[in-house]
Amino acid sequence: MSAFVRREGGSPLESATWTSRQVFMTNLRTVGGRAYPRVTGMFREKSWVFFEILLPFLATSAFVFVYRAVEAPREYIGFVVIGGAMTAFWLNVIWMMAQQLWWEKSQGNLELYFAAPMSITAVLFGMAFGGFVMSSGRAVAVLVVATALYGVEFAIDQWLLLGGVFLLTMSALYGLGMVLASLFLMWGREAWHLTQLMIEPVYFVSGLNFPVARLGLLGAVAISTLPLAVGLDAMRQLAFAGAPYPEGTPAPEVEVLILIAMTVVLLAIARWSLAKLERMARRDGKLSIRWQ
Amino acid sequence: MSASISAPAIEVRDLHRVYDAKPAPVVALRGIDLEVRPGEFFGLLGPNGAGKTTLIKILTTLLLPSSGTARVFGFDVVNETTQIRRIMNMVAGGEQSGYGILTVREQLWMFSQFYGLTRGDGWRRVDELIDAVGLGEQRVQRVSTLSTGERQKMNMVRGLLNDPWIFFLDEPTLGLDVSAARGIRELILDWKGAVDGRTVLLTTHYMAEADELCERIAIVDHGRILAIGTPAELKRRVQAESIFRLEVDRLDHGPGSLARLPGVLSAAAASAGELDAERQTVAVNLVLEDDAALSGVVGALSGLGSQILALRKSEPTLEDVFVELVGRGFDAQEGSNAPEAGGPDDAVQGEPAVEAHSG
Repeated sequence: MSAFVRREGGSPLESATWTSRQVFMTNLRTVGGRAYPRVTGMFREKSWVFFEILLPFLATSAFVFVYRAVEAPREYIGFVVIGGAMTAFWLNVIWMMAQQLWWEKSQGNLELYFAAPMSITAVLFGMAFGGFVMSSGRAVAVLVVATALYGVEFAIDQWLLLGGVFLLTMSALYGLGMVLASLFLMWGREAWHLTQLMIEPVYFVSGLNFPVARLGLLGAVAISTLPLAVGLDAMRQLAFAGAPYPEGTPAPEVEVLILIAMTVVLLAIARWSLAKLERMARRDGKLSIRWQ
Repeated sequence: MSASISAPAIEVRDLHRVYDAKPAPVVALRGIDLEVRPGEFFGLLGPNGAGKTTLIKILTTLLLPSSGTARVFGFDVVNETTQIRRIMNMVAGGEQSGYGILTVREQLWMFSQFYGLTRGDGWRRVDELIDAVGLGEQRVQRVSTLSTGERQKMNMVRGLLNDPWIFFLDEPTLGLDVSAARGIRELILDWKGAVDGRTVLLTTHYMAEADELCERIAIVDHGRILAIGTPAELKRRVQAESIFRLEVDRLDHGPGSLARLPGVLSAAAASAGELDAERQTVAVNLVLEDDAALSGVVGALSGLGSQILALRKSEPTLEDVFVELVGRGFDAQEGSNAPEAGGPDDAVQGEPAVEAHSG
């Protein structure tokens, strides 16, 4: 049968010897391959329109009405709309990054990932990239609908910086997702509960619905540890230039540096924890193998 | 790099694996020694808990040995995992891998990317293999809607995407109906036969499957290899003689006339059957030193004026071999040693997010 005829590699030794380019390209293709189900799923499962646009939009609307009722500055409505849009990314990270490896293990995918010649980091990058594309559509939908409905007026002086902050926030946020993916798998079957446990506190300390500096010391801690908190804070300052922002809030330029540091540190931790994960999986047989 | 062109496909020396468990560690492998030649179809036959899956997990680089060494085409399973992963693939029975939201074609293409196929080559390879295994009608069907047999065919395609030099199959026909299992066995044989040098390591507890497919078999129990050989060699362990059941139309001097022939160890009357209303047949159980003695028997019968109506060789099964070696049958388990699949920890603990299922 022609499909079964060997095409490449005249011997096992030859087939096992790859160039650096082959290794790089395989990892790159892995990113694309693993992103594929997420991007495809976005178009195939329509239920997300209800769960991930309508529900966050309602939550955002509630805060809009509260701010209107207490006659808060108009920019606060814009703050909460940006927070509502960014919720899509946080939900994606916590549901589809943090607990994904645990789910992959229970499906039997994880051992296939480990047994394939690509890097497991490339698989997580693929998940992150696919998740980012998927969530971007949802975030844009919330942003556009809420902006139109509530008459948000942006005042952006530094478009480039705003775009840079957004991308850095995403890098750091998905880096955090990669770290959590390893940790959740190592902690085992409590992933589901951990996920639920983290959602609301992170909403709160990230300041999704208000400037996080209002939280005082807690806000400062959040800005120094949570990518979403610092990213949101910087984006709000840049999207509403001149708006009354709480005193003590770091300047966007400072927050850019914090985001860069977070990205580097989180990606390094993610890489380390994935390597540790694979070592543990092979040593104990408890992580990659479904029955363990 | 320690591999060489002449390296065995699998070389295992004094391999041990112990799992940390409570209340006591579980010893899954106890000093396995094994060598599989390139191009060989090798079977690991044993009951659940024998250690087959543990051995296959070590060889596929998913598990570290506690002690001992294992090499695949000369590459060490501890330190040269990447090289091994480039030349092998694996499929397990009951595998539910992938993402139900994708079609068969999409899912397979995704896996092709993990092995470095270019985008276009990936689609082409997937289409070729889908056609080769007869999954053409399911090509654009969602994975979540496949039957068990179709799903396993898809898993086999996944395992062949990178054209492995060594294919590890862990109970590949588990849970399949007779027809689907036959389809999978034929597929494996077709693939292996297409190119010299392809090696298959199959674990199974279906003895007929091992007998049909494998050139050599290791019988494993409680983490030890009890015997290795071709199916015929293993059967000879429990039955050195050749046993035949002979039916003739008449045997005037009785079976004793055959018992005196050279190479005949015994000849005893068996139950006679009715040939037709007028004549009766004579059935004899013959035990010969070897098959060569049969020609003497046939000649003698001719001289005695007897016509042979039926001749059937009585073969022991691999189960007979297992019983002889272990002292119990496959079904008479003593309690599992190391879990092979579906342990109690598989119990559902809280559903992951619905969206996570989409991948």
